Amino acid sequence: MIQALASTAERDKEGDESGMRVTEHPILGGLTPGRVVQIVVDGKKIEAREGETIAAALLAAGIRVNRYTSKRHEPRGLFCGIGQCTDCVMVVNGVPNVRTCVTPVASGMVIETQHGSGGRAESDEEV
Amino acid sequence: MAVVGAGPAGLAAAIEAQKRGLNVLLVDMNLKAGGQLIKQIHKFFGSHEHRAGTRGIDIARDLYEEAVSSGVEVWLDAAVYAIYPGPVLEIARGILATRTASKEMVHASRVVLATGASENAVSFPGWTLPGVMGAGAAQTMINVERVLPGKRVLMVGSGNVGLIVTYQLLQAGAEVVAIVEVAPKIGGYGVHSAKVRRAGVPILTSYTVLRAFGDRQVEGAEIVAYDEHHNPIEETRQFLDVDTICIAAGLKPYAKLAALAGCELIYSPVLGGWMPVHDENMHTSVPGIYVAGDLAGVEEASTALEEGRLAGLSAAESLGKGGPDAADEKESIRERLSMLRIGPFGKARADAKSEVIKVGEKICRAG
Repeated sequence: MIQALASTAERDKEGDESGMRVTEHPILGGLTPGRVVQIVVDGKKIEAREGETIAAALLAAGIRVNRYTSKRHEPRGLFCGIGQCTDCVMVVNGVPNVRTCVTPVASGMVIETQHGSGGRAESDEEV
Repeated sequence: MAVVGAGPAGLAAAIEAQKRGLNVLLVDMNLKAGGQLIKQIHKFFGSHEHRAGTRGIDIARDLYEEAVSSGVEVWLDAAVYAIYPGPVLEIARGILATRTASKEMVHASRVVLATGASENAVSFPGWTLPGVMGAGAAQTMINVERVLPGKRVLMVGSGNVGLIVTYQLLQAGAEVVAIVEVAPKIGGYGVHSAKVRRAGVPILTSYTVLRAFGDRQVEGAEIVAYDEHHNPIEETRQFLDVDTICIAAGLKPYAKLAALAGCELIYSPVLGGWMPVHDENMHTSVPGIYVAGDLAGVEEASTALEEGRLAGLSAAESLGKGGPDAADEKESIRERLSMLRIGPFGKARADAKSEVIKVGEKICRAG
């Protein structure tokens, strides 16, 4: 639980002010406005761009930890970016093991940091 | 005919076969077609036939439009997870868009596997921390998603991917503190390393990353130089204040599906590792199954395009749809492939490829 609380505090600090969006680009030009959707990450509302992946929306909000491993409770985040390594899986709308680097956001999506395999018993286990 | 993978090789194979009269189904597990071309914002070089001066993102769009307009049926968000004798493909559709899947069984006379490559990992203490990622993952974030993976980056590896992604991280507004290269020489082309150096990024050869620091994510890295006996030189050990470590340690053919289909594999260090054996028509050891692109040895997008054409044409020809110009066309594709395999980098690949084909001529019977 200590880790979870620390992560929430850090998220509040970084918020949408993380400056991670590439708004101007010498080749690709300015970032087109696009439609903004709301998603909920560990109980906190954040804004995402329609069509982007969950992992991208989280990075833009300064969130880098997607899950904690089963046995040693180590943090994991985006690694391969092509849906193969499963380091970035999270619980999405109650479904565990969703690969956030290839799954697009949808309005109202509820996303939770995954602990272990994402089962209820493991989530409640004292870390 | 079914084609698995809608990168440059798969798109080219699909277009070629469809134009020669086959009904082609092209499947890709991603939501967008184009494979890794969709994040290549630099201009390609080479000859006119290979779209020199054109950016990968534009080539991907053009190829996809050509495939669709020539009548290729395209299934995106469709993951092939089994191949049975026949060949029969078992495909899950809709996982990404709906997070549930419908199962489809597809019987094909011919199959072209163009599943591409995946990045090699490098393990060191702390390599599992969030913030350590493949250079390709970082490239997707900046060029496709338009999000920085971090603000201060250490790049591990100075091959073309390491050099190009370094430059593109700078273009996206990140800082690249250094590139470390374990070999005594820079791995990639001079044209790329020159750009990176002009931008002020040091390329440290005979250096490696020792560890990543951080509690919940990367907060720093330690690097060290090696002497000629591969022993670390203690006085060169230094801490870098970075929040991201990108790994660019080469690619390996993504051969899982080919192995599952029963294709004989061969180990080729120059071409990235284990890959399916194939003959000069890109046909594997399994009747009716062809390969092309990085799966058939890691090279470049232009090579993948030509191999895709060759595989698509060969598959059409094996079904009596090659047309009168098939033999000539195959010859000119092979000539263009030879032109892509010149120079010190290309020569090694050409030799490795010949070795593979030599084995292939013995065990891969015409499809």
